Amino acid sequence: MVMKRLRWVYIALVLVFLYAPIVVLIAYSFNASETRAVWGGLSLRWYAELFRDKGIMDALYVTVSVALLATMAATVLGTLAAIGIHSMRSGMRAVFMNVTNLPMLTPDIVTGVSLMALFIFAKLPRGYGTMLLAHITFDTPYVIFSVLPRLKRMNKHLYEAALDLGATPSRALVRVILPEISPGMVTGALLAFTMSLDDFVISYFTSVRTANLSVLIYSMTRRKVPPTINALSAIMFVTVLSLLLLVNRRDARSDKSKLKGA
Amino acid sequence: MSVRRGNGPGLRRSMFAAPYGLWMLIFTMAPIFIIVFYAFTIGGKPTLENFKLFLEPEFVGILTFSLWLAFLCTVICLVFGYPTALFLASRDLKRSAMMAVLFVIPMWMNFLLRTYAWMSLLEDTGLINRFLTFIGVGRKKLMYTENAVLFGLVYNFLPFMIFPIYSVLKRSDLHLEEAAQDLGANGWQVFLKVTLPLSLPGVVSGVSMVFMPAVTTFVIPRLLGGGSFMMFGDLIENQFLTTGDWNFGSALSLIMMALILISLGFLNNANPEGEEGALW
Amino acid sequence: MKKNIAFMLIALLLCAPAASYAAQEVNVYNWEDYIADDVLALFEQETGIRVNYMRFTTNEDMLVQVRADPTNYDVIFPSDYIIERLISEDLLDTLDYENIPNAANLMDWLKAPSYDPAGEHSVPYMWGTVGILYNTSMVSEPVDSWAVLWDTAYENNVFMMDSIRDTIGVAMKLLGYSINERSQEALDLVKDKLIEQKRAGIVKAYQVDETKDKMIAGEAALAVMWSGDAAYAMSYNEDLAYVVPKEGSNVWVDGMCIPKGARNKENAERFIDFLCRPDIALINFEEIWYSTPNAGTVAMLDEETLADETIFPTDETIARCEFFKDIAADIQRYNRVWLAVKSAR
Repeated sequence: MVMKRLRWVYIALVLVFLYAPIVVLIAYSFNASETRAVWGGLSLRWYAELFRDKGIMDALYVTVSVALLATMAATVLGTLAAIGIHSMRSGMRAVFMNVTNLPMLTPDIVTGVSLMALFIFAKLPRGYGTMLLAHITFDTPYVIFSVLPRLKRMNKHLYEAALDLGATPSRALVRVILPEISPGMVTGALLAFTMSLDDFVISYFTSVRTANLSVLIYSMTRRKVPPTINALSAIMFVTVLSLLLLVNRRDARSDKSKLKGA
Repeated sequence: MSVRRGNGPGLRRSMFAAPYGLWMLIFTMAPIFIIVFYAFTIGGKPTLENFKLFLEPEFVGILTFSLWLAFLCTVICLVFGYPTALFLASRDLKRSAMMAVLFVIPMWMNFLLRTYAWMSLLEDTGLINRFLTFIGVGRKKLMYTENAVLFGLVYNFLPFMIFPIYSVLKRSDLHLEEAAQDLGANGWQVFLKVTLPLSLPGVVSGVSMVFMPAVTTFVIPRLLGGGSFMMFGDLIENQFLTTGDWNFGSALSLIMMALILISLGFLNNANPEGEEGALW
Repeated sequence: MKKNIAFMLIALLLCAPAASYAAQEVNVYNWEDYIADDVLALFEQETGIRVNYMRFTTNEDMLVQVRADPTNYDVIFPSDYIIERLISEDLLDTLDYENIPNAANLMDWLKAPSYDPAGEHSVPYMWGTVGILYNTSMVSEPVDSWAVLWDTAYENNVFMMDSIRDTIGVAMKLLGYSINERSQEALDLVKDKLIEQKRAGIVKAYQVDETKDKMIAGEAALAVMWSGDAAYAMSYNEDLAYVVPKEGSNVWVDGMCIPKGARNKENAERFIDFLCRPDIALINFEEIWYSTPNAGTVAMLDEETLADETIFPTDETIARCEFFKDIAADIQRYNRVWLAVKSAR
């Protein structure tokens, strides 16, 4: 019994450690005073100013749009690649898999500087476009690694049966393969989207003209962080929390319905 | 069937990977080629000078310091993360999935925001010091120290240790533990003989997931160390963005990649199951 | 329907950045905290030219980026010695003063500066000194020497600059050298001196732009700082004072230049001209507190501001100071010293 209680105390301590900074940010977001040093009473002022702050709003737009576009591109590119790789002979497949593994093993900073070198070499102005290209590059392997296991699990003969029944290869792809692997695509896309949203290091090196939120926050921590950032943190936290709860509840419900079905 | 697979649509199907193949060529292979080229040349002429330069004491010092700090971070994460994972995965914990989600949420917040929050807690005029002054202990130097950097590393990477171990434990065959108990093993024996070996693949992947990013980071030492503690990642960033010596910076990048691949190979060998515990 | 919405969303996402590139634009690459936001807004309003505003922290960071891709920037704000460097690397375009009539407002001594003798590559933007900002409630003795930064009484109470020339320059001056000294002997001494300061635990952090707000908050007793940032901090905290030490220091000018191959040269010149307009320079001056080289703006200031020795140093102070000079390839030896200091433990 003592052990059990100790265990809860321990878990609670770890949680306090993980949540302390987030709680601080949220608390400060309601601070009417401009500086952290003074508590000026409760206020929603920073939330109002947040939406008027062009710099933050621009960065937010860049972050979300780059993440969305990169995820879509990576999902298409990665799914096609996975289907292709799956049907390759082992030698070729090994080559592809190794090169796909490379960006996942390479430290972010090396990926960042090497892409920066590439873009400068190609005389591409580093901004929104190059950031997007970089994001697609590091997102795609996540999709491939999520889709491949689905393909492996799939009944090989399904596709061929469809062809035997007169389906064209492209029709067979859309009607037979895609439905089978779509859960993998969703997982991959979600992973890619999160990676994109959270990326700092690679964006930092591949863009000078446009900043995403991470890059903006980094440059702010090096001069002065405005209180509006606290409000942004609070909003982000609530968004993440509700999304996760939503997903969790849906999972729980679908688990239940599966049980009922069985 | 196999005939058709070999040269008919099968061949076409492998062509689906062509766009990606091209993409990799341009955005994965070409950049690495450029880095290799820079690393082995100075002013376009082939040389090993860039690697020789690395052998100077201050650079070796930076590397050993990074390795040491990453090692400490990994050990601390393991010490605190393992019990957490164990508790989360224990059978009698109700709503363990819900609890696990609680541990994931902080990771979803932008890590720069969280690190910034620690800065405002740790600085001399920050909350913790104001509390210490209030209770009469007085200001302590918390920020801009080696410990602050280490603290930031542990904070950011602890979940990467918890989750691989948790997911391996969660998937492992719990009946083994029960069987051991039935056969009269006590709690410690069950842990040492059954749970611990079962969790090893998770530990191995947790160690690599903490150690790698810890060794390569440059943001955390910059923010919490106040520019006084240079880690290997800082050095690379510094060479590319401040000093502008891309040749040396590239050589450093290659050294870092080699380091990562060697330690990964080492860890994979250490992994008894040869199976990686996944984060997801 | 869902498909359509998704399609429209993609189209919207693609169009937004594209649309913003279509208009007239100017790519400005300036220091952090070095312009009033209102000035940018006014410029956009008056000319209809969109400003893509990018920031850098130190001269060296900026130089790397400009070297990598000079065509990416239309207006840059390098300091004197970097202008020298850029000219010798043939990276700067010649300015057409016909398009910059307001440059006539500049003070005479800055019209043909030593770093750009013909004055054809740069128009001065701001100038100032490097000195010590200190908190009088934490430092009781009078501060007049760089040596105070090595006083162990101020353990963990000194912010140094994370900027190679500035910090090495401070140590050079303390040791009695010129800030442009290049001998290995001097560099080794400087290295030892800076490492000694760091190992003694005096240095709290090496940083640049965050220092002024930390000084306002009372995080440290002393900091090496540029005069404008010091004046800014002093306006928020009455305990703060600024001094240019007796050993001498650095006086600097940041110019506005156009890199060779800039895509929007005309817009760049309009932008430079705009910043030279006395009323605009005044808005900037009142926001960032650096000394303005604009005689027209100075004429608009009141007595009290003009008497502020932090912003407008006396002739006697300036006589103690020197400009940074480009040290060409010797920068590599400087870099080694700096890395040794930064990585020392």
